[in-house]
Amino acid sequence: MDSMSLIGMISIFTAGITIAIGAIGPALGEGRAVAAALSAIAQQPDETSTITRTLFVGLAMIESTAIYCFVVSMIVLFANPFWDAVQAAGGGG
Amino acid sequence: MQLKDISPDAVVYYSIGPFDLNATIVFTWGIMALLVITSMIVTANLSTTGKMGRLQNMLEIIVQGMRDQIREISGGQEPGIYLPFIGTLFLFILVSNILAVVPGFQPPTASLSTTAALAVCVFLAVFIYGIAKQGVAGYFKHYLKPTPIMLPFNIIGEFSRTLALAVRLFGNMMSGVKIAGILLIVVPLIFPVVMQVLGLLTGVIQAYIFAVLAMVYIASATRTHMESQQKAEAQEQGESDNG
Repeated sequence: MDSMSLIGMISIFTAGITIAIGAIGPALGEGRAVAAALSAIAQQPDETSTITRTLFVGLAMIESTAIYCFVVSMIVLFANPFWDAVQAAGGGG
Repeated sequence: MQLKDISPDAVVYYSIGPFDLNATIVFTWGIMALLVITSMIVTANLSTTGKMGRLQNMLEIIVQGMRDQIREISGGQEPGIYLPFIGTLFLFILVSNILAVVPGFQPPTASLSTTAALAVCVFLAVFIYGIAKQGVAGYFKHYLKPTPIMLPFNIIGEFSRTLALAVRLFGNMMSGVKIAGILLIVVPLIFPVVMQVLGLLTGVIQAYIFAVLAMVYIASATRTHMESQQKAEAQEQGESDNG
């Protein structure tokens, strides 16, 4: 196995693992946040606007962790520096 | 797939010397022109009496809504000084994200350079507003709360939240555009439309969140007279002028 195919294989594998693991935590966290916000709205409908805004801000914070994982996997797949270096060195096609 | 499928930066229309005119710049200026021309058309004949035009009504609703939101988030401060900055951020990102459903339109917010620039603007605005409200010493005292030990973490937090602001918007928009593109290859009928609708929702929420977070950061730097801090400050300084 030459270095080219090894880099490609590990990159694809890593991208999949990254997005898979990186989606678990934020999903659990966002589920709990939404559940808490729903029960809060159910108890105090008057405060809906404040709760919703805070919820969205919180969800954005949580979601950014998943986005980081997504961006890393995209970089590994499409803008991989090692892959580019090997290609520039003329390691196969 | 090439890098240009990830970022509109890589789509170069033509080059002038060392400068590339890429899709990000073109569409950014397009959105700017759209906003400016629309505003000029609407504000050319404003009416305060009788019937007002549809567009004026729309703009008034938008501006009024933004003012209310800013007032709520900043803890009752007057929204006048924040409205130009926050409102511009919100409108620019919103228009950019909504127009992403137009075929051939590359949303500039799907490029990391655009979002990083916007986040740097927010980063600087936090300093400017904070120092304008509290003075240099008063503002930098924030970094020593709750204890001086937290100073490095506060500084790191300042930078990391700016980074998060940029990467969040970029990742959301980029993923929306890319998922639509990939789905078009796999399932060319009906289903991509559903994802586009989802992308619209995501885009509007992201624009809202970007503006709200910018306002939250600025508010945390300028808010000196909140209930919780008032007692502590009263003990520390005695009298403080309510500005």
